[in-house]
Amino acid sequence: MNADDRELLDALLAGEHRALARTISKIENRTPGYRELVSELYAHTGNADVIGITGSPGAGKSTLVDKLAETYRERGETVGIIAIDPSSPFTGGAVLGDRIRMASTIGDMDVFVRSMSARGTLGGLSTATADAVKAMDAFGKDKIIIETVGAGQNEVDIVRTADTVAVLVPPGSGDSIQTLKAGILEIADVFVVNKADRDGADRTVQELREMLHIGEGVSFGGSGHHGADTMADDGTEPTAGTGAGNEDGGGNTDANAEAGPSGAGDDTDSPPEWTPSIVETVATDGTGVDTFIDELAAHQSFLVDSGTRAEKVRERYAEEIRTLLREDINTLLETELEEAGGVEDLAEAVRTGDTDPYTIATEVLSPVAACLEEAAVQAPGLESESDADRH
Amino acid sequence: MGMSSDQDEDSQSQHHTQTAERDRSIRCLVAKVGLDGHDRGAHVISRAFRDAGFEVIYSGLHKAPDEIVQAAVQEDVDVLGISILSGAHDTLVPKIMDGLEEYGAREDTLVLVGGVIPDEDRPELEDEGVAAIFGPGTSIEETIEFVRENAPER
Repeated sequence: MNADDRELLDALLAGEHRALARTISKIENRTPGYRELVSELYAHTGNADVIGITGSPGAGKSTLVDKLAETYRERGETVGIIAIDPSSPFTGGAVLGDRIRMASTIGDMDVFVRSMSARGTLGGLSTATADAVKAMDAFGKDKIIIETVGAGQNEVDIVRTADTVAVLVPPGSGDSIQTLKAGILEIADVFVVNKADRDGADRTVQELREMLHIGEGVSFGGSGHHGADTMADDGTEPTAGTGAGNEDGGGNTDANAEAGPSGAGDDTDSPPEWTPSIVETVATDGTGVDTFIDELAAHQSFLVDSGTRAEKVRERYAEEIRTLLREDINTLLETELEEAGGVEDLAEAVRTGDTDPYTIATEVLSPVAACLEEAAVQAPGLESESDADRH
Repeated sequence: MGMSSDQDEDSQSQHHTQTAERDRSIRCLVAKVGLDGHDRGAHVISRAFRDAGFEVIYSGLHKAPDEIVQAAVQEDVDVLGISILSGAHDTLVPKIMDGLEEYGAREDTLVLVGGVIPDEDRPELEDEGVAAIFGPGTSIEETIEFVRENAPER
């Protein structure tokens, strides 16, 4: 690591805001030397709770994050926020608008808001996000919130860098629940039915609950206990726990705080499982935010108590390693591609019918494959690298 | 990638040379400061910057100078564009510059002011460290070109 980066790291650890901002820029830009910088950060991380928040555009994510940050600050905790917005696939430009909604804590430097754009690199954003989280963690933030639009795989990968994932579902989105089902809904540890003062909130809670019950039946192999539950009246089911809030529709779901971790004690034989809870909020006036925070905390303690945290962290690092390797290889391949005449010419050759993408891929890759084979014979050291990948 | 017209192709290749040189996006904060509710210009410039391939953070209306400073520092922007139509530039801009100084961000942030600034006030703002002042009638292309040429190397 060069002297400038060393200085930057020291300044970051000393709590200089500018240094944290600059470090995140280096991470985002892949500035030469950023790798060593991030490597150094790791030794100082592990103290922050990382929360991911996702949902469709207009669901109220930024407003809720704002209230969340405000409440954490009232409790004396420092907050880092990474707000990710889409960028144009054509120009790479972006308008990052989340900051406007985060007005409650404006002027308070202990809330560090950073807007990032999805710059469209393959898997790169989740790595950049994870690294930015590391920087905020090392800086000393107690809570780190990642906010992103839930639109596809990229976003799913991003929020998976969080310990706890909250998915916002606006009321009356019966149909959007359907479209969200694959992917987004599966990653939720907490569902937030925001704008709970609007018509259709009850119905949305109901639909979510039904979906969770169906899911339960599958994951437990449809055992008698859970099979019965799917039929049972909601009030009797402890794990979903939205009893109180649902009736009045006012977003007051105190019952949740107790109900959350109970999924752990359900089946003594099988490993403990977290059943996602459902919270109703009205982010614009802060209703339900305390309950939401309790749920997030309940999930955090579930992770610790059940021992699943270690496993989760392991999985996450495995994914980070894979992504990093993929990116590195991708960079190598880009160089290789340039040497093979550039992708434009190759694409033109496919267009004119001279060849096809598969043939090109094989040809471009063959020197790499040859190198790998050679390396495998000469140096078994490569073996250990792929081992690390698996652990 | 959409390359349906010559114009698109042009801006594409322009963008590519740009990223090749810098290997990163230019980050801009478009800021409305003080009691000034006119944000059409800020919106237009935000949109134009986006289309030019910049990453734009818009502050929203009625921000205090220290709030602008906070955003500029945390977002680590290359360019801070302040839009002022209220006539209070002579008090608000120096406050922002002082705030940037406090966080060590004054040196390498390109500060632009857009709006109605009387000629006699310009030297003072330039002394404060404002790199350029764009009055009514400035073309958007001119502004974008200025940013591309003057965004600080870091």
